[in-house]
Amino acid sequence: MTTHQPPEHPDFLWRNPEPKSSYDAVIVGGGGHGLATAYFLAKNHGMTNIAVLEKGWLAGGNMARNTTIIRSNYLWDESAAIYEHALKLWEILPEELEYDFLFSQRGVMNLAHTLGDVRESIRRVGANKLNGVDAEWLDPQQVKELCPILNINDNIRYPVMGATYQPRAGIAKHDHVAWAFARKCDELGVDIIQNCEVTGFLKDGNRVVGVKTNRGTIHTEKVGLAAAGHSSVLAEMAGFRLPIQSHPLQALVSELHEPVHPTVVMSNHVHVYVSQAHKGELVMGAGVDSYNGYGQRGSFHVIEHQMAAAVELFPIFARAHVLRTWGGIVDTTLDASPIVGTTPVENMFVNCGWGTGGFKATPAAGLTFAHTIATGTPHKLNKPFALERFETGALIDEHGAAAVAH
Amino acid sequence: MLLISCPNCGSRDETEFQYGGQAHVAYPEAPDTLTDREWAEYLFYRDNTKGAFAERWLHSTGCRQWFNMLRDTVSYEIQAVYRMGEPRPAGSPEAGATTSPAAGNAGSSASPAAGNSGTSSSPASPEGALK
Ligand SMILES: Cc1cc2nc3c(=O)[nH]c(=O)nc-3n(C[C@H](O)[C@H](O)[C@H](O)COP(=O)(O)OP(=O)(O)OC[C@H]3O[C@@H](n4cnc5c(N)ncnc54)[C@H](O)[C@@H]3O)c2cc1C
Ligand SMILES: [Zn+2]
Repeated sequence: MTTHQPPEHPDFLWRNPEPKSSYDAVIVGGGGHGLATAYFLAKNHGMTNIAVLEKGWLAGGNMARNTTIIRSNYLWDESAAIYEHALKLWEILPEELEYDFLFSQRGVMNLAHTLGDVRESIRRVGANKLNGVDAEWLDPQQVKELCPILNINDNIRYPVMGATYQPRAGIAKHDHVAWAFARKCDELGVDIIQNCEVTGFLKDGNRVVGVKTNRGTIHTEKVGLAAAGHSSVLAEMAGFRLPIQSHPLQALVSELHEPVHPTVVMSNHVHVYVSQAHKGELVMGAGVDSYNGYGQRGSFHVIEHQMAAAVELFPIFARAHVLRTWGGIVDTTLDASPIVGTTPVENMFVNCGWGTGGFKATPAAGLTFAHTIATGTPHKLNKPFALERFETGALIDEHGAAAVAH
Repeated sequence: MLLISCPNCGSRDETEFQYGGQAHVAYPEAPDTLTDREWAEYLFYRDNTKGAFAERWLHSTGCRQWFNMLRDTVSYEIQAVYRMGEPRPAGSPEAGATTSPAAGNAGSSASPAAGNSGTSSSPASPEGALK
């Protein structure tokens, strides 16, 4: 486990320019996805007269609130392709962005607790291998060797029956990822405009020609929506609907501890996942609150449930204290897969639906969304994730058990 | 945790209930005439209102009956609880925002026969959203 601390920040990361009256493209949402999109628009497509508009502070949405798990062991080919591409980008980005965001490939374990889990997990390991994704099946003894603090005894309600393991998976420092992209965007000439809320769109017929904001009207030829939990609200302003439901999702951390947890452990069945941050906090999360919600907070009973699961799996956590809890608003789809592509409005593009698991995809979401915005057509990696799939029925159903947790 | 007032049982903890998503989405009147687009709307598209939202809940560990609730999706304040088949309470903010383009908004005025039978299930209810 890496215990080294993040580097000191440079005194200056990006300018805070006034919005210009027009841009070649405007990205709505300054989270990880919006920033990565702007970066790849500038770097791969030479589009530098562009702006990222963020209603609050840079990366203060889900980007600041997620538990930073990065993995690519998804079941279906389409998902494995895009998430594995993202993982390969994570492996080279610190150098490319010249900014260390402590990507720590400490592995991710997905526990199996039932015969159904075991079968699903072994099937997924097979599918992963065929897609070139590193994956192994571990028996309980091997689980214990990799993560000694895990309780593999039979005396708990759902004993550990094994796990899938992806060695190249891990965690990174989310804020630093955002700052790394923002700094490079700024260097390339992209305007990052904070405290700039998009309140409407200007249209010429069915074509978007500008955005209205609390800081004035901005004309633009292209608009990319990267607003996560608020995607439906923006789509409604633009005059179309999205098959998205926004839910509260929360996480928490303990106080700092000595390094005790060497990897990342996730359990869908008892529903908790845990890693230990670089500084030493135990970082834990679980599921969304069941109802639609835009309040950035979750319910206490969800915490109670996840703590019960955590303490059974990790008895030494019993005396740890919760230091802080918080929530974000995640944009879920019915097949638990994202939507990246064109919209019914001409020159308006959408990247959303990443739900509870879009941090890990940040580089690939940015790369493919930039390609789609610049060329008007999807990149081969995001083609299957078009909005049309809900009409054609070609869903990418990642709800299938264990591949779906963050 | 929400404290939800079931029309049959009174106030109970949210953990006794299951969420059923947007209320008043009627089954298409002429399913055989729908285009793929309209089917997609019926199956997969639901309003995602920021503000007052009419939604269905099931009191699964109590009377096991479905009912409707008007709740603010930002403050989570519960503004009204009403039975299946009853229209969305008038005068509430955002009334009329819940539209179902494929099927019209028939459910809010004409109550489907199966209204409060407890057997109605939402094809699109997001309980699977526990990703
Ligand atoms: C508690 C929690 C844990 C998570 N854990 C993981 C994990 O372990 N691994 C993983 O891969 N993913 C995880 N996720 C999911 C991940 O955080 C999201 O999928 C991802 O961050 C979404 O992309 P984003 O970073 O661009 O979103 P955001 O950072 O939310 O960016 C969207 C931005 O749009 C802005 N915006 C909205 N409306 C407007 C407007 N009208 N005008 C201007 N700006 C606007 C918002 O202010 C926001 O900053 C988690 C999420 C949460 C909440
Ligand atoms: Zn009841």
